[in-house]
Amino acid sequence: MLPQNREHVSLQFVTGLSEPLSAPLEVGFDYTRSLGPVHSRFATELSRRRIVGVRGSDGRVHVPPIEYDPDTAAPLDEFVPVGSQGTVVSWSWMPEPLEGQPLQHPFAWALVLLDGADTPVLHAVDVGSPEDIRTGMRVQVRWAEQRGGGIRDIACFEPATGTPAAPDEAEPEPVTMITAPVHLHYQHSASPEESRYLRGLAEGRLLGQRCPQCGKVYIPPRGACPTDGVPTEEEVELPDTGTVTTFCIVNVPFLGQRITPPYVSAYVLLDGADIAFLHLVLGCDAADVRMGMRVRAQWKPREEWGYTLQNIDHFRPTGEPDAPFESYAQHL
Amino acid sequence: MADVAVVGFAQAPNVRATHGTTNGVEMLVPIFQEVLAGTGLSTSDIGFWCSGSSDYLAGRAFSFIAAVDAIGAFPPINESHVEMDAAWALYEAWVKIRTGEVDTALVYGFGKSSAGDLRRTLALQLDPYTTAPLWPDSVSIAGLQARLGLDSGAWTEEDMAAVAARSLASAGPGAQRSGKVEVADLLAEPYVADPLRKHDCAPITDGAAVVVLAGADRARELHERPAWITGLEHRLESGSLGARDLLRSPSTTAAARAAGTDGVELAELHAPFTHQEIVLRRAIGLGDDVEINPSGGPLCGNPMFAAGLARIGEAASRVMSGAAERVLAHATSGPALQQNLVCVMEGRS
Repeated sequence: MLPQNREHVSLQFVTGLSEPLSAPLEVGFDYTRSLGPVHSRFATELSRRRIVGVRGSDGRVHVPPIEYDPDTAAPLDEFVPVGSQGTVVSWSWMPEPLEGQPLQHPFAWALVLLDGADTPVLHAVDVGSPEDIRTGMRVQVRWAEQRGGGIRDIACFEPATGTPAAPDEAEPEPVTMITAPVHLHYQHSASPEESRYLRGLAEGRLLGQRCPQCGKVYIPPRGACPTDGVPTEEEVELPDTGTVTTFCIVNVPFLGQRITPPYVSAYVLLDGADIAFLHLVLGCDAADVRMGMRVRAQWKPREEWGYTLQNIDHFRPTGEPDAPFESYAQHL
Repeated sequence: MADVAVVGFAQAPNVRATHGTTNGVEMLVPIFQEVLAGTGLSTSDIGFWCSGSSDYLAGRAFSFIAAVDAIGAFPPINESHVEMDAAWALYEAWVKIRTGEVDTALVYGFGKSSAGDLRRTLALQLDPYTTAPLWPDSVSIAGLQARLGLDSGAWTEEDMAAVAARSLASAGPGAQRSGKVEVADLLAEPYVADPLRKHDCAPITDGAAVVVLAGADRARELHERPAWITGLEHRLESGSLGARDLLRSPSTTAAARAAGTDGVELAELHAPFTHQEIVLRRAIGLGDDVEINPSGGPLCGNPMFAAGLARIGEAASRVMSGAAERVLAHATSGPALQQNLVCVMEGRS
């Protein structure tokens, strides 16, 4: 029986299994974006505290400017200066600002119709509470101190107080590129099968699973056999010896490389497994590594073990005779 | 060109968070087995596989590739993927059958929204030059759209709460939210993003859905009462939020007109916010006699990249069960109803 409230169903409660492993996963990249003529013009004007829109096919002035007309798809290039004050067309309240938003204390998001524009721009309005903003309210740009970053040159809007700040008269450097950082945060979960495998590794054991239909043994085990589409179930403990099925010699240095080239990246097929995984083969000259070579895991010291295949530092040759080609031909 | 019908539908329970992986395998394996058992098909009978999901939701590149494990993709299969709601994957599969290239297709969508921060992730759907750098979140943008209607008198907060109350009351057994609530009680709740309250916003949901399509001859073999697709159209609006008419949904209107909606008895609408259901009803021109979201709809569970496909499956189920003759399903993608798909289906004796 599932509990009535399905919001947080405990796997342990449902299946009696231990919870899958999970860990934070951070994904981030600073995108650099070439602006092209329309966005470049907008960003360049912003950098000297001016705002321009672009006239659409129907005569509407779009702010921010758009490259192509939304109705006719005609390229647009008639720039029109607009004011730095405007009117709130709509707003919503942001009680707990999220990372990256223009203000980090409670604020209003608003669609602001700048004087001289026909389409509103989306931005933040710095007011203390939802009682301090209303549709129809007059607002003005608060300029960022550091400019040259596109739309973020507008720090936010604020209630209008009179005359807008004068633009810079100096001819600015054209802004042709912006940097837009994207940083996302996840909690990544391993599957129940992967979790058993990772917990096994932490104890120095290599745990695969057998597909109930085709009988193949997968390590790491998977939520579904890729041939039959059914979950693998029967746990199979595998030895730490195997065969090199194929390999390459790494000669190229790259950022973050931990081993000085040349060294060998190889697919190792553990004895009893039906799928090879990628690992390092060290302990002999790179030129001596070959298909069919017999290898054994070189484990790191036990105190360094974690929930990772990196507990095996590398594989090294056992000195046994090579495995015959037929024994791994189906795993290439 | 070949007529196409829906002959099978299944979906995973809608839940706030699963322990599963972001590749969706744990959610997909049981519903593939359910829908294949229901149609009597095996994986080798399926002519084309098409899925909808998002790497941004998963935080992994090519995350949909791992989901292919759930199919049992050996020998190699005919497969495709869209980085949109799987309703658009269904469109691709429909075209594939219409052209005569295949006669069956299995379409699936999945999303584990709980892995990341959905409100922020969806900001990346926005214009990357002038809007996304501000990180406006999905709920705030919906709030701006809602207030436009409130200020103009197009709808009231009572209208919005009534949508939520009706949805919660009709939610099915796999729904994340359900229950009998009074509009007055909903309106007494605080705002989460003024003018939106909790009941105005679809919950964050992990889930998956699958639909099986078949061409005319196969459809009659596979189901005694297939849901025949009589119209399937999608349209989109400008990526510039300010340039759009947010009070109406011109792309939905255009898709509905092209699809032909006369005589529909019920509609499953993919409106993740209460006011958007009002926008959609008006854009399609649905009368008061048309039953809306008998499944409870996305306000009772909104698995990203599967909820639009689930609308098609839910509406089709009511034709296949004989409960309805002619039905409409709608799917949306992008901020504030930017892209819209309308699918009209009917039973035939």
